[in-house]
Amino acid sequence: MKYVDEFRDGAIARGLAAAIAREVEPGRRYAFMEFCGGHTHAISRYGVADLLPPAVRMVHGPGCPVCVLPIGRIDQAIRLALDAGATVCTYGDTLRVPASGGLSMLRARARGADIRMIYSAADALALARQAPQRQVVFFAIGFETTTPPTALVIREAARLGLTNFSVLCCHVLTPAAITAILESPEVRELGSVPLDGFIGPAHVSTVIGSRPYAHFAEEYRKPVVIAGFEPLDVMQAVRMLVRQVNEGRAEVENEFTRAVTADGNLKAQARVSEVFELRREFEWRGLGLVPYSALRIRAPFAAFDAEARFGLDYRPVPDHPSCECGAILRGVRSPVDCKLFGTVCTPETPMGSCMVSSEGACAAHYTYGRFRDIPLTAAP
Amino acid sequence: MKKAYIRPLDLRHGSVDLSHGGGGRAMAQLIADVFGRAFDNEWLRRGDDGAVLPAPAPGERLVVATDAHVVSPLFFPGGDIGCLAVHGTINDVAVMGARPLYLAAAFIIEEGFPLADLVRLVASMAAAAREAGVPVVTGDTKVVEKGKGDGLFIATTGVGALPAGCELSGAAARPGDAVIVSGTVGDHGMAIMAQRENLAFDAAIRSDTAALHGLAAVAVAAAPGLRLLRDPTRGGLAATLNEIAQQSAVGIVLDEAAIPVDPQVAAACEFLGLDPLNIANEGKLIAVCPAAEAEALVAALRGHPLGRRAARIGEVIADAHRFVQMKTAFGGRRMVDWLAGEQLPRIC
Repeated sequence: MKYVDEFRDGAIARGLAAAIAREVEPGRRYAFMEFCGGHTHAISRYGVADLLPPAVRMVHGPGCPVCVLPIGRIDQAIRLALDAGATVCTYGDTLRVPASGGLSMLRARARGADIRMIYSAADALALARQAPQRQVVFFAIGFETTTPPTALVIREAARLGLTNFSVLCCHVLTPAAITAILESPEVRELGSVPLDGFIGPAHVSTVIGSRPYAHFAEEYRKPVVIAGFEPLDVMQAVRMLVRQVNEGRAEVENEFTRAVTADGNLKAQARVSEVFELRREFEWRGLGLVPYSALRIRAPFAAFDAEARFGLDYRPVPDHPSCECGAILRGVRSPVDCKLFGTVCTPETPMGSCMVSSEGACAAHYTYGRFRDIPLTAAP
Repeated sequence: MKKAYIRPLDLRHGSVDLSHGGGGRAMAQLIADVFGRAFDNEWLRRGDDGAVLPAPAPGERLVVATDAHVVSPLFFPGGDIGCLAVHGTINDVAVMGARPLYLAAAFIIEEGFPLADLVRLVASMAAAAREAGVPVVTGDTKVVEKGKGDGLFIATTGVGALPAGCELSGAAARPGDAVIVSGTVGDHGMAIMAQRENLAFDAAIRSDTAALHGLAAVAVAAAPGLRLLRDPTRGGLAATLNEIAQQSAVGIVLDEAAIPVDPQVAAACEFLGLDPLNIANEGKLIAVCPAAEAEALVAALRGHPLGRRAARIGEVIADAHRFVQMKTAFGGRRMVDWLAGEQLPRIC
């Protein structure tokens, strides 16, 4: 595949690995958080960790859209489908996230709820136009990458004057989540969670640009390197982070120059701010209530806000008491620290959200990496 | 005498209705005009409830395999549910090392299904059976109410003869053995997916659906120590290798760079976020044999039209955890796990 295989080249990877190993200072340890689930997935799927020197540790961040979705929001979507009889459309993995009462959207579907998996927000709008007798709700989740398409379908629904289409908006913001991690007691109280820098988002940054990260570099003295989702991108970003740490710099650097600019996609940003405004606060799984960390639909488009149309109230629901997803999402724990990992919580029967999406830290480790936890032994 | 006083079936514009499954004249007519005509052979012509078959040769044992086919869409690039129903079951018999001899077929048809499509699919099935030299000797037809089926489901059962001394088994892999695949992986599943999602490529991705008994016979002849053959259908290479690791209580280490994947399939997987190792095949074999026989086996497979891209892709190791691992082309290692949940619904 042109423009893809070049970024997965094993020979270049070995060269880069050797370069990183040379640049790592003896006796020093480096912990970098990859914010995005896309990076987590790439690291696990290509075995990037095997190529990094032992002194470099990757900490998985909260940037997996379904992982940070709190139970209360899934419950809302299920109530809409089961109680209000709406047709609820959403993106793939959301269907498997465990909700209250042993339900998930998939299980609600088996109970007769009309819940559909779609590939694009436009599919939900098309469904509403085809079935005017049904109330169609798009359960909109995701970071800044998935937000512009939602803005577009809301504008389009307004233009068409649709009365049977609405959006349950759970779009969240990357910079707010990074702030929440940096402000968390574990990171602030030096030493308990060492975090020497961030690999910044790939696709999110194509929309918001590299500028929003300057604050973290300056205010918190943490280097940020924005990187693409291919494994060589990740390795190059690690090398750039190691250099910044060695030289005592804390800057925003852009490894993903083939797609990310300083300003990002201004057109997309304009559409988003036309349709959405900041929520005062929003509950994240793992991070709790984070101020100004999510979007809601502006008043002129209130007719398309499912929370308003169906009078939904939000009821927070605590995670399973033994589930460590929260700590894992903050980088405080790793999947194997969780008592439920691989015993009661598996990709087939996820207890926590990190086990659902292949971008989740637990699912990625279970699917691609769990052989590392157990020494290889011959069969008796 | 006037011919029969029966109004012929409208095979161009008609559709199946409940009377075609009701046991009356309409059903007899459907069976005679559609199924009987297409599959015509000495067993069906007798019109009995079952087929009487000759005993296998002395020393041979019988192998039976069954497979239900529920694929959607019914027609896809490279095949359709008809030929798939023949190939799928023949392959299950063939990977046991047996010579497939006969097929039985059951059709569950949804009320309203166009007769023209039924005729086309049955013709495809009959052609596949004839090409494979495996007759459909008995069958059954049921019609279900509209909304209770999805057009057409076909279940087939195959009978084959296993020569004396042939003992292939998923439990026979031993540490040190070589793992071989007969060609590119993921073609069938991706052909279905591309059709379903309207993905457009320069050339359509075609299903690899094919009867593999010829290729299986080549493998059996080329590697006297052959441990096992498998056809990696649902769940793809990953699921089948995990099954083998479980059955044989061994581990497997794959070499990603050696696994043949069609560039279009790889591109489609990239686009949809899928892994070709998890995607179904309907015309590929996995073989496990002693390392010393691997080279001869790959060469023999490559000499057959269905095995041109055969490759040695990994080895069996001792591992009490029965993990399937892979050396990535990038230079790292990872597990190749079972699929969690379903990747593509109703693929075969």
